[in-house]
Amino acid sequence: MDNIDGNLNEYVTGMVGGELFGLPIRRVQDVFMPERLTRVPLAPPEIAGVLNLRGRIVTLIDMRLRLGLTQSDGDDPMMAIGVESRGESYGLLIDGIGEVLKLDESLFERNPINLDPRLAAVSSGIYRLEGQLLMVLDVDRVLDIATANAMAA
Amino acid sequence: MDDLLREFVTETNESLDVVDVELVRFEQDPNNAKILDNIFRLVHTIKGTCGFLGLPRLETLAHAAESVMEKFRDGLPATNEAVTVILATIDRIKEILESLAREQGEPEGADADLIADLERIAERAASAKMPEPERVLKPGEVSLEELERVFRETPVDPPKQKAAIQPKQPAPVVEEPIKDDDGKNSHQSIRVAVDSLEHLMTMVSELVLTRNQLLEIVRRHEDSEFKTPLQRLSNVTAELQEGVMKTRMQPIGNAWQKFPRIVRDLSIELGKQIELELQGAETELDRQVLDLIKDPLTHMVRNSADHGLETSAERRAVGKPEHGRIRLSAYHEGGHIIIQVSDDGRGLNTERIKAKAVAQGLATEAEIEKLSESQIHKFIFAAGFSTATTITSVSGRGVGMDVVRTNIDQIGGTIDVKSVAGKGLSFTIKIPLTLAIVAALIVESAGERFAIPQLSVVELVRARAGGDHRIERIKDTTVLRLRDKLLPLARLSRLLGADDSSKDVEAGFIVVTQVGSQTFGIVVDGVFHTEEIVVKPMSSKLRHITMFSGNTILGDGAVIMIIDPNGVAQALGSTVTSQMAAADAEQGTAGAAAEQSTSLLVFRAGSTQPKAVPLSLITRLEEIDAAKIELSNGRHMVQYRGHLMPLISLNVDAGVKGEGAQPLLVFSDGSRSMALVVDEIIDIVEGNLTIQVASGNPGVLGSAIVKGQATEIIDVGHFLPLAFEDWFRRKDQASNERRASVLLIDDSPFFRNMLAPVLQAAGYAVTAVGSAREALDLLQDGKKFDVAVTDIEMPEIDGFGFAESLRADPATAELPVIALSSQISPEAIERGREAGFHDFVAKFDRQGLIAALMEQTAVGRAA
Repeated sequence: MDNIDGNLNEYVTGMVGGELFGLPIRRVQDVFMPERLTRVPLAPPEIAGVLNLRGRIVTLIDMRLRLGLTQSDGDDPMMAIGVESRGESYGLLIDGIGEVLKLDESLFERNPINLDPRLAAVSSGIYRLEGQLLMVLDVDRVLDIATANAMAA
Repeated sequence: MDDLLREFVTETNESLDVVDVELVRFEQDPNNAKILDNIFRLVHTIKGTCGFLGLPRLETLAHAAESVMEKFRDGLPATNEAVTVILATIDRIKEILESLAREQGEPEGADADLIADLERIAERAASAKMPEPERVLKPGEVSLEELERVFRETPVDPPKQKAAIQPKQPAPVVEEPIKDDDGKNSHQSIRVAVDSLEHLMTMVSELVLTRNQLLEIVRRHEDSEFKTPLQRLSNVTAELQEGVMKTRMQPIGNAWQKFPRIVRDLSIELGKQIELELQGAETELDRQVLDLIKDPLTHMVRNSADHGLETSAERRAVGKPEHGRIRLSAYHEGGHIIIQVSDDGRGLNTERIKAKAVAQGLATEAEIEKLSESQIHKFIFAAGFSTATTITSVSGRGVGMDVVRTNIDQIGGTIDVKSVAGKGLSFTIKIPLTLAIVAALIVESAGERFAIPQLSVVELVRARAGGDHRIERIKDTTVLRLRDKLLPLARLSRLLGADDSSKDVEAGFIVVTQVGSQTFGIVVDGVFHTEEIVVKPMSSKLRHITMFSGNTILGDGAVIMIIDPNGVAQALGSTVTSQMAAADAEQGTAGAAAEQSTSLLVFRAGSTQPKAVPLSLITRLEEIDAAKIELSNGRHMVQYRGHLMPLISLNVDAGVKGEGAQPLLVFSDGSRSMALVVDEIIDIVEGNLTIQVASGNPGVLGSAIVKGQATEIIDVGHFLPLAFEDWFRRKDQASNERRASVLLIDDSPFFRNMLAPVLQAAGYAVTAVGSAREALDLLQDGKKFDVAVTDIEMPEIDGFGFAESLRADPATAELPVIALSSQISPEAIERGREAGFHDFVAKFDRQGLIAALMEQTAVGRAA
């Protein structure tokens, strides 16, 4: 581990609907290509379906819908980031995976107050990178789908 | 530890468990040589192996026990005392085994006490047989025959008698890698950690996935040399998968194995005579679940023996058989495993529970007075609750049912208690199959595959336009006509929110499904095969979807949803057993009757006011060409299935149409049919049916609110004799014979009014009353009936109570009772049988009821 000094945070980054985001690396289990996705009828729209990943049943969350981003192009999301919560496995469907970034904690900023409320609900803050903003997602809040629905209603 | 020793410990422990059970059986059935042989063989094997491994202490014990058993073979009566000593010996052997496993050697200690006891018994046997010229054996000696037999049976063992005599051989490590005969035939099982099995399972699933990818690749290359080996790999993988899945399942009997012994010991300790009945021991259960329910079950059995059952003297005093009975049963029901523990003891002491609940501050006195008896009984599940006034060694330490409940909660199960004072107590444990494997039918709907648990599937039907099984439409509702019954249909794709307007229902398959007493059809697009699936719980984000009970990974690696038949039944808008049970639990049995829900066919005839008739009374819906209606002898008739069927109009305004299509409601009884002429069939409605305003008009029972509209409820019984004057007097009842009299008990006026005419039409004299109390009063006044037909869910005295009261009075004990119930679950049937019901009929099964009546009255007359 490189972040011994504690001032560096590591993030797995990715793109979804044209936005750059990062997830704390310790929350990320794996990155995989979703195959043989089973749609779940009557499920909340953000849930893209379930699939079998090495014998585990993984629930996939369509991050574009979850973040309220428009379907930028017709392409299906290609990659999934595997995370775990309360013993259950989830996959966050994204457009593409980026590099792992080590960022200085002192550069971490609060969400801008005018951030889209759907994004603000799941983002714990941002980093100003060169030419782009990196939105740091809070995994637990991303997975809190029922609450999100209640808020939208 | 040495492998050999470890295997010995495992194997011996298993053998001893069997010996425990068999000995108790033998004690009850001392003439059964087979049981004795089996015990003898097991103990002998243990003895032999001990000698081989150099375990003198164990060997001496086993030997002494074996000697006594030898005497049993020679005719020594299997006395209580003798069996107790042998059981004690087995316990001692178990103790030694335990420390053997821990310390890898026999513990220090002497068993002189037990051996002396055993020898005393063996000796007594010998002396009892004085006339035989056999010398009395001295302590430690064995008979000649026995020696001979030992030599004969175990030729390869090292001389074991020597080992027995040599004191304290330092437990030698057996160097020689001898796998003797003994080893081969007795190592039938080994213990494996569940985690290893789980891991194995995951790996197999991956293997399946990889195999499928390979198959996919090979499919693209026509002449691949990989084809044949891959086929083989594929088969092996499938078998492997099946094998691994099977390893997780165990019959529940494994958890029960210790009970005969426990009950025997308890019955001696407590001085009660107890019979133990085990049913459904073969019901398979996930081993994880099995482990978790073992202790709760043991606790409940102990409780029943200790607190539940009375002493023989007490039982005699209240006129019960001296033998108390404890029953365990297990079976699968609708995706659950139901385990029941019941006894015929004194039942729960409601007053004491009340007092205790108040004392512990669980409820105030005012609150408790408002609770029903069954609600009060539920306090026994509260933490730290024990009503036993004296603490015995058996139970009553205050760590009672709350612990049991917690354990069952952990595996997502529920526990319920039913107690009848003086009659007994029954616990019902319901465990979902979340952890288990079930057989499921794999179906397709709207392009996706789904699994339907086979347990609830009754049959598969292919509906075709011209066939016997036809789909009929009533506005938007579809029903299936299946062997003279109309089943509501639910289209799976529609339930799951898919657009299927283009699909033709008739192209699909109908999965006839049963939940509780409800039968309905699920329409799917295709049916593939059945498969044993491992039920995995739904993600917490999806658990709110009532249509699914879980999901599973299929053999080909795809994840599919498991349909919950209960959810489908709910979606059909009807009460389901589980709901009723929940309602029952919430408000006690009294409230349940009012919740009754009925399918009604709503139609128009004559006036604009809608009319309705229970769907279940109707045999078929027909639509005929009005031109085919003929007038004969002043009555409208139509040729129908080779017979003339009379058409009856509800009233003068609702006449037969002159042209176009004429809708008919067909009622059949045996070979006879009549049809009611209606103007228009409107809908099928599910609802609570309470007749608000009774009617003076013949042919109308009264008015009820159906779907927010005042609706006339038609009295079918009025119209049947209009079609056939002799509808009341059927051929199969000789006219000179007295009409059999039926006492009909139902708290709901609707059902009384509906059933009475039907029964009259079938040729019975009917007396209908609104409560069991009234019925009992009538009987007490000396009124005679041939048979009683009673509803089960009634306030005050329910159907069970009614039957029990009848049985209690010698004057009425012989009266046959037929129970009507909307929920026919195996447990209800079982309870009914205990209460003394002669037959059980679904509330709307008219044919079934009449058949049951004919049977019961025939029996009555023959007697």
